[in-house]
Amino acid sequence: MRILFSFFAVIALVLSAYAGVKIANLQFLFGVVIPYIAIAIFILGFIYRVLKWGSSPVPFRIPTTCGQQKSLPWIKQNRIENPSSISGVIIRMALEVLLFRSLFRNLKTQLKEGKLVYGEAKWLWLAGLAFHWSFLIIFVRHFRLFLQNTPSFIKMIEGLDSFLQLGVPVLYMTDVVLLGSVTYLFLRRVFIPQVNYISLAADYFPLFLILGIGTSGVLMRYFYKVHIVSVKELVIGLASLHPVIPQGIGVLFYIHLFLISTLLVYFPLSKLMHMGGVFLSPTRNMVNNSRMVRHINPWNYPVHVHTYEEYENNFRGKMKKAGIPVEKE
Amino acid sequence: MAKKFTAKPDELSKVDYKPPKKGWMDTPAEFKEHTFCWGAKGKNLDAVNFPNARDWSPAEEDWKLPENWQEIFLEGIRERLGKYRSFKLFMDICVRCGACADKCHFFIGGGDPKNMPVLRAELLRSIYRKYFTASGKMLGKIAGARELTLDVLKEIWYYYYQCTECRRCSVFCPYGIDQAEITMVGRELTNLLGLNTDWIAGPVANCYIKGNHIGLEPHTITNSVEFFLDDIETITGIRIKPTFNRKGAEILFVTPSGDLFADPGTYTAMGYLMLFHELGLDYTWSTYASEGGNFGLFTSNEMAKRLNTKIYAEAKRLGVKWIIGGECGHMWRVINQYMDTWNGPADFLEEPVSPITGTKFENAKSTKMVHIAEFTADLIKNGKLKLDPSRNDRLKVTWHDSCNTARGMGILDEPRYVLRNVCNHFYEMPEDTIREKTFCCGSGAGLNASENMDLRMRGGFPRANAVKYVRDNYGVNMLANICAIDRVALKTLMEYWVPDVMVTGLHELVGNALVMTGEKKRTQDLRLEPLPEKEAKE
Amino acid sequence: MKIYGGGKIFVGLIIFIGLATSPFLFNIGKSSIVRDTKAAEIMQSMGLQCVEKKAFMLPNHMRLLDKWRDSVVRKGNRLYKASDGKEYEMSLQNTCLNCHSEKNETCNACHSNMARKHTCNGCHNYMAVNPYCWDCHIKPKETKS
Repeated sequence: MRILFSFFAVIALVLSAYAGVKIANLQFLFGVVIPYIAIAIFILGFIYRVLKWGSSPVPFRIPTTCGQQKSLPWIKQNRIENPSSISGVIIRMALEVLLFRSLFRNLKTQLKEGKLVYGEAKWLWLAGLAFHWSFLIIFVRHFRLFLQNTPSFIKMIEGLDSFLQLGVPVLYMTDVVLLGSVTYLFLRRVFIPQVNYISLAADYFPLFLILGIGTSGVLMRYFYKVHIVSVKELVIGLASLHPVIPQGIGVLFYIHLFLISTLLVYFPLSKLMHMGGVFLSPTRNMVNNSRMVRHINPWNYPVHVHTYEEYENNFRGKMKKAGIPVEKE
Repeated sequence: MAKKFTAKPDELSKVDYKPPKKGWMDTPAEFKEHTFCWGAKGKNLDAVNFPNARDWSPAEEDWKLPENWQEIFLEGIRERLGKYRSFKLFMDICVRCGACADKCHFFIGGGDPKNMPVLRAELLRSIYRKYFTASGKMLGKIAGARELTLDVLKEIWYYYYQCTECRRCSVFCPYGIDQAEITMVGRELTNLLGLNTDWIAGPVANCYIKGNHIGLEPHTITNSVEFFLDDIETITGIRIKPTFNRKGAEILFVTPSGDLFADPGTYTAMGYLMLFHELGLDYTWSTYASEGGNFGLFTSNEMAKRLNTKIYAEAKRLGVKWIIGGECGHMWRVINQYMDTWNGPADFLEEPVSPITGTKFENAKSTKMVHIAEFTADLIKNGKLKLDPSRNDRLKVTWHDSCNTARGMGILDEPRYVLRNVCNHFYEMPEDTIREKTFCCGSGAGLNASENMDLRMRGGFPRANAVKYVRDNYGVNMLANICAIDRVALKTLMEYWVPDVMVTGLHELVGNALVMTGEKKRTQDLRLEPLPEKEAKE
Repeated sequence: MKIYGGGKIFVGLIIFIGLATSPFLFNIGKSSIVRDTKAAEIMQSMGLQCVEKKAFMLPNHMRLLDKWRDSVVRKGNRLYKASDGKEYEMSLQNTCLNCHSEKNETCNACHSNMARKHTCNGCHNYMAVNPYCWDCHIKPKETKS
């Protein structure tokens, strides 16, 4: 149900782009208007969500300490997993964001004849990393369509990505990796019982959407080719704010663009905001130094306490009997 | 309801991890016997002026909720979204990858899918989505949102009191989402409705009025300590004279009250007394600040602060220079993460310097509170203690990192250093069960009651299983730790799962090994059991 | 709305905005270029045509060349029978570059620089495509634009 709903939602998106361009000839709507709206929603929505997080303070210093604290000088501190300095936090965050450090720790816990066994479980980490990195590389590669003159580092990335020189046009490895890893991420949601149980439609939808984007892109490049020079003209038109609709691009391109537009709109409304959120996570981006430097809570307020005076008033007799010094005789 | 918990270990260790066919939103919580604590008594909530105080029982249909309970609950969420970035962020960014699922000891030991941290969070997240996000309002169930009904409230209550806030999930989460933070907020929300458990509310009320969880009154504290002093005299021939509430002492010593009350924590308390005496430390106990632990933390941020205030207040009143804290888990989470922020700056105290070694405790220069394992490790490193580890030779010891001190502070190697110096046989448990990946005792965060034994034994199963491993492989017979809750909870846990393993605090072992000036030849350890033969023969 | 830890958050957001809008920023002040599509028609009216139709050649020339290469190198067959029945020699140098050269005088007769736009690099540079033809073949000399 959750899976089918998401699947058909993406199919409906594809069909509407197809009908819109092929039947209704709404090239300008799908090629210019919707992309502009989507980009605006993406950027503004993203900023709004981050500022919304920022408007809630971090009242306490709560890093998850994953190693030895800074203590006596002869005890070796784990400066990255339990950082006491900003540089430690930067490294910790870099490892987290670039290499998914925490996910790398993943274990598979199994109960075998009354014994718990902890096995390696790196597939999720590997697929997650492969997916995110290939997505990033593919995005960067697309700058050849955004820029009149393609800078050499983008050509270099492209060259590396296709260095196997398989087929014509040459195969990008990231295309394969992206589709493969997204498929894996989908299949594990379906077949691992626990993951299936926790998955929402909101988890399947972006997977199908990205699968749709990747597939339409691959089809355009390797199978049902579109007129790439015209595509670049359209894209540059968008980027230079002088939109044009060149003739004869091919409907597949509009489907691709519409799915991307959907992703951009969906992004700030959804869990995909983990992209921005990971940087703000207080259990990872904080220094564990709250015994060294006082952390300030902006909403710290005075509270009712049971004072020593009240305590002594309750127990003065008993205290004196027990030989405990008191303030008032 | 009062049937005794009788399930046998081999029944309990058969866990079915298969989630039910029906979706979790359509499966209301079933309140199983021996898995939850009794409801808080009205008088205990009244004692600290909590709202909606009344006697109630989770097992009954009618929870006697205030009429506008939904409004209170939702308003409570709104307020906390604005106060805690952690809460707001953790409501928003989970991608449900499932990496946390099999990291929770309650899920591993029980198999209930709602004990997967991700789903425990979703219980509350679904409410957040429904009332606080556009997509949830529009798309409802498709977006993972649902109405706050009575069944949902009961479900949240049931599962948020099946989390020990141990943070193990947070270690594995790619965004550092910490279920402990979410549980804390969830419990605050239930508290707005007077839905606490009595195992938490009772100690909180005790601690507020009497100064400690157990409810020991001042003369009872000195009495308990007298008993320890008698035993110490029997063992060593030395009569120790500690002081209480003494003004002008250099150091205030604060430890969880559990150490004064129940075995084996009491032996640890004896260890403290012996160590401080041997050093000639100018220190005092306090009967007012007689609690290091803080059950307020399992209630609300405000309550935790109210209880914690006493430590600095007492340090100020007595005019001490700095504070040593005893062995306790969540106490140190509080000291490391909250105390200075709540009740600082402690500018009336001095930066802690060990009077014995001259070591400056740089890492405690703002809170002015030093962990006793840091203090003792420094003594040993500087050769200030005469130790005979062979007195602990009948023990094969393993080390349990308490969740709070491991993942909410990072005190891992100090106690190990001490341990290696006071005993000769030390074996680590498997690496995926120690240090930052350590398993909770299953009874933390106010769950160590007697009526929820099924939950506790299941929750402690992964820890016990790792202990069993070192017992079977190395003959380990002693489980050491620096947490008062552990000392009580693990004792029960070991009796259930690994009966021949005992539990000890670190400073009990220090007390055994410590060669004191002018002591008689020791023949007994702190438990008044004969020392190993070698010692006896000498 | 007060932003806590605002400095770091704003720096982060500025980086985000910079990256997200970089395609626009790089194109500030530039106008879109729609390429001249008439040239091919003019050529055709003059009786000049590529081995296959434009609609086929544009997206598929790389595949055709790939086939030619295999045919020539592996089978020694140099004869290409086009879909309209005409026959051509399968040769990059002798067939393709015969027209697609910046020295094509038919082109340059109308516009002095016209031919340059229709060489391989005319599009490949624009699209940042770097075919490996010239790993073996001698690269035709072209004036740098």
